[in-house]
Amino acid sequence: MSAPIELPRWADLALVPAISVAAAFVVAGLVVIGIGENPLTVTRILVTGSLGSADAIGFTLYYATNFIFTGLAVAVAFHAGLFNIGGEGQATLAGVGVSLACLNLPFLPAPLLIPAGILAGAAFGAVWAMIPGWLQATRGSHVVITTIMFNFIAATLIVYLLVNVIGRPGSMSPETSEFPVNAHIPTIRAVLGAFGIDQPSTPLNLSLLLALAAAFGVWLLIYRSRLGYAIRTVGAAPGAALYAGISPGRIVVVAMTISGALAGGLAVNELMGAQHRMVLGFTAGYGFVGIAVALMGRSHPAGIVLAALLFGALYQGGAELAFETPTITRDMVVVIGGVLILFAGALEGLFRRFVARSLAFAGRRVKEA
Amino acid sequence: MDLQSLAVILDSALRLSVPLLCACLAGLWSEKSGVVDIGLEGKMLIAAFAAATGAHASGSALIGLMAGIGASVAFSLVHGFASISQRGNQIVSGVAINMLAAGLSAIVGNAWYGQGGRSPALEGQARFNDITLWGTETIAAVPVFGPLFREVVSGHALPAYLAFAAVPLTWFVLARTRFGLRLRAVGEKPAAVDTAGISVPLLRYAAVTICGVLCGIGGAYLAVAQAAAFLPNMTAGKGFIALAALIFAKWRAWPALGACLLFGLLDAGAIRLQGASLPVIGTVPVQAIQALPYVLTVILLAGFIGRAVPPAASGIPYVKER
Repeated sequence: MSAPIELPRWADLALVPAISVAAAFVVAGLVVIGIGENPLTVTRILVTGSLGSADAIGFTLYYATNFIFTGLAVAVAFHAGLFNIGGEGQATLAGVGVSLACLNLPFLPAPLLIPAGILAGAAFGAVWAMIPGWLQATRGSHVVITTIMFNFIAATLIVYLLVNVIGRPGSMSPETSEFPVNAHIPTIRAVLGAFGIDQPSTPLNLSLLLALAAAFGVWLLIYRSRLGYAIRTVGAAPGAALYAGISPGRIVVVAMTISGALAGGLAVNELMGAQHRMVLGFTAGYGFVGIAVALMGRSHPAGIVLAALLFGALYQGGAELAFETPTITRDMVVVIGGVLILFAGALEGLFRRFVARSLAFAGRRVKEA
Repeated sequence: MDLQSLAVILDSALRLSVPLLCACLAGLWSEKSGVVDIGLEGKMLIAAFAAATGAHASGSALIGLMAGIGASVAFSLVHGFASISQRGNQIVSGVAINMLAAGLSAIVGNAWYGQGGRSPALEGQARFNDITLWGTETIAAVPVFGPLFREVVSGHALPAYLAFAAVPLTWFVLARTRFGLRLRAVGEKPAAVDTAGISVPLLRYAAVTICGVLCGIGGAYLAVAQAAAFLPNMTAGKGFIALAALIFAKWRAWPALGACLLFGLLDAGAIRLQGASLPVIGTVPVQAIQALPYVLTVILLAGFIGRAVPPAASGIPYVKER
């Protein structure tokens, strides 16, 4: 085996991701130049569009909430050595759970109905991830392929359900009726308004706090609990885990279940927080970008929150960009996400080797001087 | 069901199975050499875009095909560099390829043509026209077989015939040539191939290049033969159905043809069965038929019907001993 590339902790946690991000933006800049736009103008629009006003920051945080959930979902599976590509499908099913709870329990007051919706979403997402986990643990089918298939099964299932079962009667568009008002998660604007602080109207809602709580919970789980230790052991060395009396199969199922429940948070923020009904395709690729978020955040909750903020800003800035320069669409975020996954994930060794060599060189220079 | 409607269904099944077959064989080559590829979808998509662009700019479908193959091979080599030279995670790299292709094709298409990512419609020589096979009219006189031959076997575009020709070719090269033997060995036990003094990276790069060529043909077929333009995300998951077909075929060329034809037939049937009522089962939701390939793959992978075992070294980067 080739020796792993040893790096100081600060370089591992900050320098390598920073270089990957910088490289990804260089590639994105080249694409911008390639289609005949000025990268500096584009950057200016991106920054002011995502952070330039209270309005923009609200949208940025709203998108970041989605990315925190999907990033955490991917990360928990990563820690167990699993690759959960099924975030999209799990969030879709979570949307079904959210809708069923919100539409069937309208008599509950908000303090009961909102938790019920969140729990139903988490449960549905969890089950949709648990099945692939269980199939890997007991039948040996690889979780990557199964979750891909489950994404497509969920996509066809949801069309069927929205058209035939839970859709709004008499509606031609595939969506449910509007959720009752007591199922709406309060917006940050409404909460701050109660304290007399005026905020522009954005879809940003209290789900952001739920996402941050989930990030803290994942940190507690992974780094401070017995179960988290078992998950990390299975991810790092399944053989050693078995020897230590941990059942890798059980951990695989548990990790996938938690991962799916976290992906369900996407449905909570989108459906209960903003759209207030279930619509087709609300997952909009957040599940896939979550992979980039988790890779960039080095699967650590703090890193994931930061990476989610970056992607939230890109997403919001990208919308402004599409508005101001007709040649550039929001797909720019997908390109940047793709390049980041390539650089921070698949080509990680390239950057780590480069950093290790530069540090060694710098170290020698310091010694000589 | 009369002969005419049977011929129509079989013909559309064949058409729908072409991109699946290309991507499926592409995946076969890559995975037989030990490189897992979930980026088939992305490669077909970028190939479809490049093919439509090339065909539109040059007015020649053939140049479009070449452009498609070129773009797809370039993406293949990125995946190869990440997974062979850099020994990175092949799943991660595949996801990146898919996202890059989806984003790039949409954004560049929108910037160049300003039609929301669509390419201009391809006409005349810029599109592959259907080829009437030699002897079709002579055979057409034969009852049953003749009309079926004319409707189903004859009358497809060039990339379709390339795809079907790739099946025996893939089988022959992998099963009957020295190169094929080495390629399969590198996917099962690369250390043994290395010991014999044969370069593991070289073989794997050859395999991902062939994978790129096949995805290129599939993408070009979508944009320049089946449709007459590039549409954003026009592969619509075909690369993943191909992955399912590959597992279904247990990584073998002839069964891959069978699996792709079956999935093509399901697709064609789903379009025909929309709203129709079947005896015994009643009305089958179209979505159930659409989901069938994925459900079948999950069941097969779980070992409930047969066992699908991938090449032993697939997904594992090869590290030379020091």
